[in-house]
Amino acid sequence: MHIRTRSPTERYDRGWSNVRVIIVGAGQVGSSIAADLDATHEVVIVDCDPERVDELNYSLDVLAIHGDGTSVDTLEDAGIERADMVIASTDDDETNIVVCATAKAVSSAFTIARVKNTEYLRTWQHSEKAFGIDFMVCTNLLAAESIVRVVGLPAARDVDPFAGGEVQMAEFEVDDDSPVANQTVSEADRFDSLTFAAILRNGAVTIPRGDTIIRPGDRVVVIGSPQSVQGFATSISPDESPGTAEEVVIVGGSEIGYHVARLLEERGFKPRLLEQDPERARELAEQLPGTIVMESDATDIDFLEREYIGDADLLVSALDSDEKNLLVSLLAARLGVERTVAVIDTTPYVDLFEAVGVDVGVSPREVVAEEITRFTREGGAENVALIESDKAEVLEIEVDADSVLAGRPIRESVTSLPEGVVVGAITRQREFITPRGDTVIEPGDHVVVFADSSVVGDVAPKL
Amino acid sequence: MKLRVDYKASLRLVGTVLKYLAVPLCFPLVVALYYGESVLPFVVTMAVTVLVGIGLERLTDEPDIGAREGFLMVATTWFAVTLVGAIPFLIEAHGVPFVTSAIHPESTLGNPVNALFETMSGFTTTGATVLGDISFDTHTRSIMMWRQLTQWLGGMGIVVLAVAILPELSVGGAQLMDAEAPGPGIEKLTPRIAETARALWGAYLGLTVLEIVLLYSLHVTGNAPNMDVYNAIAHGLTTMPTGGFSPEARSIEAFSAAAQWVIIPFMVAAGTNFALFWHVLTGEPKRLVRDTEFKSYLGIIGVISAILAAVLFVGDGLVSVAPAGETYDQFYLEGVRTALIGNVEPSIRQSIFQVVSIVTTTGYASMDFNAWSAPTQYGLLFAMFIGGSAGSTGGAIKIVRWYVILKSLRRELFTTAHPEAIRPVRLAGRAVDERAIRGIYAFTLLYLVLFFVSTGVLHLDAARIDLGLSVLESMSAVAATLGNVGPGFGLVGPMGSYLDFSNSSKLYMVILMWMGRLEILPVFVLFTPEYWRR
Repeated sequence: MHIRTRSPTERYDRGWSNVRVIIVGAGQVGSSIAADLDATHEVVIVDCDPERVDELNYSLDVLAIHGDGTSVDTLEDAGIERADMVIASTDDDETNIVVCATAKAVSSAFTIARVKNTEYLRTWQHSEKAFGIDFMVCTNLLAAESIVRVVGLPAARDVDPFAGGEVQMAEFEVDDDSPVANQTVSEADRFDSLTFAAILRNGAVTIPRGDTIIRPGDRVVVIGSPQSVQGFATSISPDESPGTAEEVVIVGGSEIGYHVARLLEERGFKPRLLEQDPERARELAEQLPGTIVMESDATDIDFLEREYIGDADLLVSALDSDEKNLLVSLLAARLGVERTVAVIDTTPYVDLFEAVGVDVGVSPREVVAEEITRFTREGGAENVALIESDKAEVLEIEVDADSVLAGRPIRESVTSLPEGVVVGAITRQREFITPRGDTVIEPGDHVVVFADSSVVGDVAPKL
Repeated sequence: MKLRVDYKASLRLVGTVLKYLAVPLCFPLVVALYYGESVLPFVVTMAVTVLVGIGLERLTDEPDIGAREGFLMVATTWFAVTLVGAIPFLIEAHGVPFVTSAIHPESTLGNPVNALFETMSGFTTTGATVLGDISFDTHTRSIMMWRQLTQWLGGMGIVVLAVAILPELSVGGAQLMDAEAPGPGIEKLTPRIAETARALWGAYLGLTVLEIVLLYSLHVTGNAPNMDVYNAIAHGLTTMPTGGFSPEARSIEAFSAAAQWVIIPFMVAAGTNFALFWHVLTGEPKRLVRDTEFKSYLGIIGVISAILAAVLFVGDGLVSVAPAGETYDQFYLEGVRTALIGNVEPSIRQSIFQVVSIVTTTGYASMDFNAWSAPTQYGLLFAMFIGGSAGSTGGAIKIVRWYVILKSLRRELFTTAHPEAIRPVRLAGRAVDERAIRGIYAFTLLYLVLFFVSTGVLHLDAARIDLGLSVLESMSAVAATLGNVGPGFGLVGPMGSYLDFSNSSKLYMVILMWMGRLEILPVFVLFTPEYWRR
């Protein structure tokens, strides 16, 4: 077995304060990460702007160094040989990749790179450790994912993507009015590619059987394809979650707009996307078969009225400028759109925009900084999600020939595993397979396993 | 006026193809030796083709093939091989002066126009015939085999074959294949175009051999008494190219039901994109079932066959009284009615066979469908415009073009309601380039215009010589030659022939077959002044 993410946790045994983190790039993202980490980590920050360096030395409890993060000399000045982690967070993708590759060449530090271009992320996902990067965070994709989470599953308390987004795990709270309250699991399970992984009740984790009854107040954890999770969200609280019949309008065909449309398509929505530039609109229309792309200016009132944009349930404004996003969101709200989400590049504007009338503001930089901070804090839990403070864990593993799961139906292989283990989802060559009793897992499949914390230690080696 | 087309380069390559035409001519030569027939028709033709070929090759040393030269080369090649290919028929009817007398002076192919028609019908895999009498009494077995072989050579394409074999064609090869291959654009399967051409011809050859073996094994096991070695080879050579020539006067009706059932899947395969077979053989069988065009193709065949089978089964699909002057008589009709009405297997078989044969533009017939009622015949006429898949050996408009047209029409409807919407037309999830869509519209419109104009021309010319052709017959004659189908209805029905047309009509149809095989544009463009100047 191999757990896909190397967990650097063991290196933190010396205690938090000794962990040395080098951050290259002291822009909004870099300094925000530094500010979050300076209390618990030893942070060195590198930037090529001397004034910025001076400022940081005074404002934060970090060591700021002036220099070029891609040069070995600068990295050595920053103490690369003793560093546990290098975070490359400049605004330039290529620079960040070179920083990580350089750091890998001269040290064994865990490297994190922030990129905008999703192509790099795809390359990296193909062969992790590509470019010498241990963990890659894609700004545009993360921002889009967080918008879709807001849009798609407001009822969910927590949503974690696995297997490159093919599998989702979501946690929902069941209240009294929910149609699934007081149903058994087999009654509630009306979705093809959905598995009930756990029920959290009064602080205890239960692995549900078909006859387990879901009670109001329970929190259920489901694992499945994004569509089925969406469907389940609708069935659990029909009022809150938008059904896929709901109208979503995305304004602006930026990378973020594109990813929002793509992710919504994956969840079964049929969004409309407005883009002003004819060539970009054509390109988007070719890439998004499930989206209606329209070539128009989003501030053209005639057009908005003719297409009944005001009837939309949700409008996501993902244009390139913050001011335009504000304008479009306010206009949409006046036309009668129920909820508006705006992408805001300048992080401090978020509160301001929300005060003026934008329902939700999403700052890509903030999202990325949060993700990197979370990752650094939790010790590399990219694909290992913790549920309810350590009561259970979700592991994503690649099955090899020695695994007890390989080559036989799940019904048989679970007998050699302790109680409290659920095979939540399988992806084979990036295609989702619903695990059922007779499903045979093949070597090379990626399996998302939900396990009670008490047995995780026993289970992991067997897989 | 200065010509801006390097016609010498084109003609030089035509010469090369002609020179190598001597090689396939060896096959009927061997057949002639085996049956103890005269080898002269083939020896003389070989001499002519090699001499003309070498002569043309002398025109220039360094042929530089661009897009324009490619069109000229392909169009000329097809005409040149037709001219040369007609020689054996002429020699059979007239003999060679001072050397030998005629073998079969009664052959209708003694008329040079008829010989040209028959050869063009062969190479373009049309299958329309002007033979007065299809039997070994009026034609030697070797001549009849040459007639079959022309279709096999034309099926996958003479130029594609040349690209596969001749290294001098490798650079401009893609250009040339594009001008020749059926369907919009070609799919390069391998980095080298010659290897792609070889892969296509390999699949083609393999399927042909498989069919011959299967047909002959039916004969050996006693399931097809008439399917001897000669017939197995002869029909193997005209199924995969969607040709339709048969040395039997009654076409496939002369063979058992088992033989007819074996031929059906091979006709279906012939109308399939050959690139798909290549994918299947190289370990991607999923591509076959995922292919939108292939699925639509099977769907169309299934739906039309099912309707016609039902109509035949209940008896509405057949006429009840044989009119005078038809290609069938009351006795034949009674036999067919007894065999089909109320019988499941014969109804299904006759329906599928005819539909597959027409949709793929093969042109075989397992019964005289002149005996079908008019509405049923209109169903077949409609099928003549569908055609096989792109990259197959079939003719007519092709499934993929209809598919794109239907989808883009649906898009027009959508954008009428939402003028700002941008909707690419998708083919199997992939967006189709707008220029390609325009090309498809232009081709289809040109095809239909040509069809209507030609119907008028043929109908008038037939009236001039008092042929008594109905409009349906004229329409079917044009659809069958332009679409490289072969048989039409009535006079030109599956058991009839095009012999009674005037020479001018026959020459006109020669041009139609030629344009139909090369999909009109490569031929049409040669007649525009812009092509030759600037």
